[in-house]
Amino acid sequence: MSTPLTRQIESLYLGRPATVTAVRTLTDKEKLFDVELADGPLGHEPGQFVEVSVFGYGEAPISVASSPTAPGGFQLCVRNVGRVTGALHRLEPGAMIAIRGPFGRGFPVDRMRNRDILFVAGGLGLAPLRSLIGYVMDRRSEFGHVTILVGARTPGELLFNDEYAGWARSPDTEVHVTVDRAAEGWTGHVGVITTLFPRIQVDPKTTTAVIVGPPVMYRFALAETFAKGVPEDQVYVSLERRMKCGVGKCGHCQINGIYVCQKGPVFAYAEIAGLEEAL
Amino acid sequence: MTLRVMEKGDLASFVERLIASEPGAVGPVRKDGKHVFARLASVEDLDLAYTTTLLPPKKYLFPPQETLLRFRLGAPPVVEPVLEAPPLVVIGVHPCDLRGIWATDRAFGDDHVDTNYRARREAITLIGADCLPDEHCFCTSVGSHLPEPASFDLFVTDIGDAVTVEIGSERGRALLERYARSREATAADLAGLQKRRHAKEAAVKARLNVDVQMLPLLLESVSTSPLWEQLGAKCLSCGNCNLVCPTCYCFDVGDLMQLNLEEGERIRRWDGCTLVDFATVAGGHNFRREAKSRVRHRYYRKFQYLMTRYGRSFCTGCGRCSRSCLAHINPPETINALLAEAEREEA
Repeated sequence: MSTPLTRQIESLYLGRPATVTAVRTLTDKEKLFDVELADGPLGHEPGQFVEVSVFGYGEAPISVASSPTAPGGFQLCVRNVGRVTGALHRLEPGAMIAIRGPFGRGFPVDRMRNRDILFVAGGLGLAPLRSLIGYVMDRRSEFGHVTILVGARTPGELLFNDEYAGWARSPDTEVHVTVDRAAEGWTGHVGVITTLFPRIQVDPKTTTAVIVGPPVMYRFALAETFAKGVPEDQVYVSLERRMKCGVGKCGHCQINGIYVCQKGPVFAYAEIAGLEEAL
Repeated sequence: MTLRVMEKGDLASFVERLIASEPGAVGPVRKDGKHVFARLASVEDLDLAYTTTLLPPKKYLFPPQETLLRFRLGAPPVVEPVLEAPPLVVIGVHPCDLRGIWATDRAFGDDHVDTNYRARREAITLIGADCLPDEHCFCTSVGSHLPEPASFDLFVTDIGDAVTVEIGSERGRALLERYARSREATAADLAGLQKRRHAKEAAVKARLNVDVQMLPLLLESVSTSPLWEQLGAKCLSCGNCNLVCPTCYCFDVGDLMQLNLEEGERIRRWDGCTLVDFATVAGGHNFRREAKSRVRHRYYRKFQYLMTRYGRSFCTGCGRCSRSCLAHINPPETINALLAEAEREEA
């Protein structure tokens, strides 16, 4: 045990040292962490994930919530649901963690260029989607019309709600927000996310849809998207699994024959349509 | 193939010298009427006339619990990767278990090389030994009854008065030259080896009624078979089959702290896809909630997913899951029932 976080021995399981530089509370359950690696940029693609170590508690797979086009480090939006995420929530700026990755396959931004993009984000699904939304916003002229649908159970659970107005101010961009159940002071739309679909125009020939949300949302949001005529190979989803290793070994993230940590977490719907265990 | 021959007394001397001179030697040892791979204190401990061991020698390459990192909390935390690779000679590994090691070599060596597995693997010398089957063995059905030339350092077959020794590596050759008295094989020795192998093949009773290479295709058509319901209803989700399997390599990762709450280790532990919570994610959603989907997943890993990826069945025919399943679920009955069902549907 000589110097901090050394790499004297090559190990697949040793992370890169990183510092939490800022912590922001987003909701009762989610916090946003700014993270800087000691040895340079993360070098991620929108949609990829990292394995975050809080020593003494373990490691958890977390999708990167910021665009690679954003300056400085990167951001992780973490819901407090377990041992490692609970420990993360107790960290304060300056805390040292370790990062392995980025892992997996992100959103295929090159295939999306010059196309209209329909974003459908349910709950915590906005965290990985925000990395792509940020990318598109930063390179706005490279993409067509952008429609962003955001849904949460209650107004208090809406993530990044201070950013919606900024997205909506971008040229040729519309943002629609809904909650399943209103609360006092809420003047916006009420209803599950699929109730936003009648409000939007989608050109199925020019649109790529990107849908990320909880398991229960996919079936309904996909049906609405297909009803708009968007073909299966132009619909992307990001799937949540319990990746323990991130490198295709531990077996936890497997869907039928596919390791989500290697071939995903982003999939074209056409790639997983026949897989019973996918959605 | 380089084939040498040892008299049986010379084999015992060879093992004795390995135990005395090498840093560690393990082999099949009797335990409560069964056999386990365990440390050999002397050649008397070794029982090469065994059918199977409770656990495969996988435990030396991928231990049930293994330290990946050691750390001391603080600002900053001090973290040290751990690669443990004790030199070890494993004596008496049957062809099916050599095939199991072939499988874990592929799985851990693919794409991202698993540094901890590789370190242990490189420190291990494998001395295989041939065997005779019991009623659960079905190695001939998955092509694991013969030792693959590249899968061992040395391989010993009992041909009656003497044993043949196949040399599979330079490491094996060096051990033989250093510690053993052996002679060149004669035509009679070769004939003895063939005879022994034929006898083994003839003695294998359990079998899959299908060419194993057809199984990925067969499984393609039976994913909704009622058989999975039946097996799911029987399966206790105890994980025994995962525990004893030479090619199950799934694991969990977590941190263990010492009582001083300052130092700790990141460890990995064997996990099992038939255990209830294996595919549960953070929010509580379980992607394989029902036992039938977990049992099916295990079969598909062995005979389709990993098989398609690496070219050969990940079931080695060792029969350990058949012997240890409390619900008597076993690969020959399962595969043969699926086959019969597919044939009925075609007819």
